[in-house]
Amino acid sequence: MIEPEPIVGRYLTVPVDGRDYRLYFEEAGRGCPLVCLHTAGAHSGQFRHLMCDETVTDRFRVIAFDMPWHGKSLPPAGWQDEEYRLTGRFYIDIIMTFIEALGLERPVVMGCSMGGRVVIRLARVCGDRLGGVIGLEGTDTPEPWYDSSWTGHPQFDTGEFCSALVSGLCAPHSPDEFRWETLWHYHQGAGGVFRGDMHFFRTADSEFVGDSGAIDTAACPVWLMTGEYDYSCTPEATLRTAARIPGAGTVIMERLGHFPMSENPAQFRGYLLPVLERLLEGRGT
Amino acid sequence: MNDVAQVLAGLGSRVGSRPGLVHAGRRASFTFLLEIGERPFLVELDRGRVAAVEEGPFVMRSWSFALRASAGTWQKFACRYPEPGFHDIFAMNRFGHCRIEGDIDVLLAHLGHVKAVLSCLRDDAS
Repeated sequence: MIEPEPIVGRYLTVPVDGRDYRLYFEEAGRGCPLVCLHTAGAHSGQFRHLMCDETVTDRFRVIAFDMPWHGKSLPPAGWQDEEYRLTGRFYIDIIMTFIEALGLERPVVMGCSMGGRVVIRLARVCGDRLGGVIGLEGTDTPEPWYDSSWTGHPQFDTGEFCSALVSGLCAPHSPDEFRWETLWHYHQGAGGVFRGDMHFFRTADSEFVGDSGAIDTAACPVWLMTGEYDYSCTPEATLRTAARIPGAGTVIMERLGHFPMSENPAQFRGYLLPVLERLLEGRGT
Repeated sequence: MNDVAQVLAGLGSRVGSRPGLVHAGRRASFTFLLEIGERPFLVELDRGRVAAVEEGPFVMRSWSFALRASAGTWQKFACRYPEPGFHDIFAMNRFGHCRIEGDIDVLLAHLGHVKAVLSCLRDDAS
């Protein structure tokens, strides 16, 4: 016998805007709900290490779902007749619908990259229903580091290209095994999905600068954590975002890049555990 | 820390010793310019392998795309653990350490292989 990992995967169908979305999610642990949002073009597998970390799962119910079109979640019926384009409104709706469908009480929501950006918006518009947000590699404004015309290049719709594009965002110190596993998630993406996520991530649809200052961090604590090797969401951009959010906490993480939870989980946990501790203290449990 | 121009001369054998890398780049046949300060080098790829590395000067020779950076920048790039901003050509471009010019479509079409070939410049890749 070989003991299986504690992670359990399930499916759930939720309605958003009159359409059904069959979502795959996986979870482990018990306690304060911690909902994890993956990066653009990837899937919930990025959080598998966190779900196998007993220091976390002893006190947190760690839950990650694949966004529609990603991983093992399905696109909606009729997908073949449309172009996938993620919008900020849909992104927030699907996250909050998922949270309500599972009956989660004031969950902490932690997202990375595009997930790190949307949690800043979540804190602003749904903060009263959350126990806090953690933006990994997250800022409140798009800062493109390649020309927008690239998204129209035929290669942009291939997993091989997406993997190569993001490969430099990992820190050189990250173990080869986990760096390449992180890139494999991009190899797995269906054509057009990463590009569809960029509709949210690279446009005014995720421009929250004008509103970030109104976040009530007493009601919904905000933590921004960024790897020093991330040149998509840079440490400087993170600090600028944090300066706009009164009371936001910031952690710049050494020897980490854009995918801290999957590229170097051992290095990441050293930074994450104290933040989770602070969130639990604030929760009064 | 290695001398990048010197390593570049032996890039063909470094790449050729990694059959998986060559296989992954089997559709890559083109020539790109790598400029180390004032010194231009043409790197010719043939079905993933480095067929030739030639140092200029060149008189109106053609190439697909160019990667231009100072000797110091390439030196930092070639470290086993480069400092932030020098660990990837797009990072170097974003922070103004490197210019990427020419036929970007070729670079995008073979991005993974180009990055893999350049990673062979690193200290640990010999």
